[in-house]
Amino acid sequence: MSSEITPARRAGIEVAVVASALIAAFAVAGIVLAVIGADPIEAFGILVYGAFGYPEAIGYTLYYATSYMFAGLAVWVALKAGIFNIGGEGQAYLGGLGAALPCLFLDTLPPILLLPLAMISAAVFGAGWAAIPGYLQARRQTHVVVTTIMFNFIAGALMTYLLNNWLLAPGGGSPETRSFAPQAIMPALHEILALVGIKIAHSPANLSLLVALLAVACTWTFMFRTVWGYETRVVGANPNAARYAGIDPGAVILRTMLISGALVGLVAVNEVMGVHKRLILDFPAGAGFVGIAVALMARESAIGLVLASVLFAALAQGSLDLVIDMPMINREVVRLIQGVLILFCGALPSLFRKFITRLLTQSPAAAQAGAL
Amino acid sequence: METATQILLLVAAAIRLATPLLLAALAGLYAERSGVIDLSLEGKMLAGAFAGAAVASVTGSVWVGALGAILTGIVLSLLHGFATVTHRGNQVVAGMAINIAMAGLIPTVAQAIFALGGQTPQLGPAQRFLNVALGNNALTFFAFLAVPATGWLLYRTGWGLRLRAVGENPYAVDTAGLPVARLRYQALLVNGALAGLAGAYLSMAANAGFSRDMTAGKGYLAIAALIFGRWAPVPTMLACLLFAFADAAQAQLQTVRILPSQFVGALPYILTVLVLALVGKGGGMPKALGIPYVKERGA
Repeated sequence: MSSEITPARRAGIEVAVVASALIAAFAVAGIVLAVIGADPIEAFGILVYGAFGYPEAIGYTLYYATSYMFAGLAVWVALKAGIFNIGGEGQAYLGGLGAALPCLFLDTLPPILLLPLAMISAAVFGAGWAAIPGYLQARRQTHVVVTTIMFNFIAGALMTYLLNNWLLAPGGGSPETRSFAPQAIMPALHEILALVGIKIAHSPANLSLLVALLAVACTWTFMFRTVWGYETRVVGANPNAARYAGIDPGAVILRTMLISGALVGLVAVNEVMGVHKRLILDFPAGAGFVGIAVALMARESAIGLVLASVLFAALAQGSLDLVIDMPMINREVVRLIQGVLILFCGALPSLFRKFITRLLTQSPAAAQAGAL
Repeated sequence: METATQILLLVAAAIRLATPLLLAALAGLYAERSGVIDLSLEGKMLAGAFAGAAVASVTGSVWVGALGAILTGIVLSLLHGFATVTHRGNQVVAGMAINIAMAGLIPTVAQAIFALGGQTPQLGPAQRFLNVALGNNALTFFAFLAVPATGWLLYRTGWGLRLRAVGENPYAVDTAGLPVARLRYQALLVNGALAGLAGAYLSMAANAGFSRDMTAGKGYLAIAALIFGRWAPVPTMLACLLFAFADAAQAQLQTVRILPSQFVGALPYILTVLVLALVGKGGGMPKALGIPYVKERGA
């Protein structure tokens, strides 16, 4: 066996690391389930069936995956610049305001104008909410994790205030806007496919899924094929080297935070314009935090990011069935799996990598190189 | 007279609200002075709050409950240490992983044990920290006494000197023949115990039982207080009092209704961002903070 580490073998090692982390995360969840008296095998069976077992389930899983792709991209882009944007939740929430304003007040426009306008508006509002923590990180070196968390709380307060006082539907009792006009709604996948004669099950999966896949492709092109992307990676790898190369790390950090906020702002296109069809309280529902796990599992791979999004979408959708069939289980157990995956993929990759590299190369020297 | 009473009430409320922040910020202080960023205070507090109330509820004893909270905090600290000290993982990511995992694990366990929608049963008087003197409970006295105790430990003992050194320059500590990893683990043990107690204060002193999401960002506020307090005990205590005062004033303002309640409720968070913007990176940051220590290998 050769002890050389080729790019293909390195990619193989990365896949094996993520797969080991996945197995470990499900093992931890399985132990917790067993301890609380639920049969883990049966539970995972229900989970998989609930996520993929019937046509509607697949549609719902794709709907969740759409939001998680946007959220995962946002965290991924920021991580490439060495910043940990965990404010996706608040940025997506503000993105909802950005999406809702044109949908409510410019809905005389035809969909061909209104939908792109609302999308851009969602991205701009998401970027705007990321701008202050981004600026503070870039110019004052404040801890972006703490400021973005604070901005999540502030976003929650601001949106509750706006929904209760300014955007409330006339005569409506709950804090939400009126329903959008039909031209402000992202068409559902089953509607689009029906136009060309293909019949699929009704589900909330909508055109945003294609926008999300496009966003993944654009983000990868940006990161690995453009000068801005190169600068981002240099700053993330070594800010001092970047400075010597004439790159202003502060400017790159601010720019990357804006891109990150814009991407997660698009969660609103899926949720607000595609599914709820109005602006409601707390619509991001934790998507911003799921994005952390998605981004850390994706590593360098766009396909990995899509697959990780589908995985967490399956957990989100499958757990709905799970809590009905096994009432002793709480839906929050999904967040335990997310947390363990973040730990293994983000903080402990060396644990598996050393072992797997040694297994593949059977050479301690190569194992050490693989760990770097 | 009226205003004097008002101010006194406000100060008393601020001291009560400062207690969990102070315990958590001191927990963070030990970890970060040893060079380990601790963003997992939120998760440790949540777990401590649940464990304290759950154990107290089952055993009927406030002290066994507090011990449960302390041990839970320590277990999470050891996990954090395993990832960041032993395996030199990313400290920030490891901290967030613990927070998210606890946000999932705690409601699950709470539901499985008590089936009360993620809460613990109401705690009776014997299972709670009750006021012992001057309208405050034992944990509050402990928290404020821990400030001079921490100052003495850090600046007047050999252990404190070594701890500070390992956060500033672990290479020098290693060269002097002292164990870097062991010192960091020792700091993390203190950290876990204090963070667990900070959580116990929420469920066993400020409230009579655990409820969902009861930490509400206090773990992050504690980190902000630590940065504002330049990683030193007394200034950190003052920062905690400032944040707590904003929280107490916020509660008072809610009753007057001159500003929208949501805006007033967000005041502590807005204040935190303003304070961080003001101090920036802040002086006094341990120089090796966040950098895993890799012992030089002979090439």
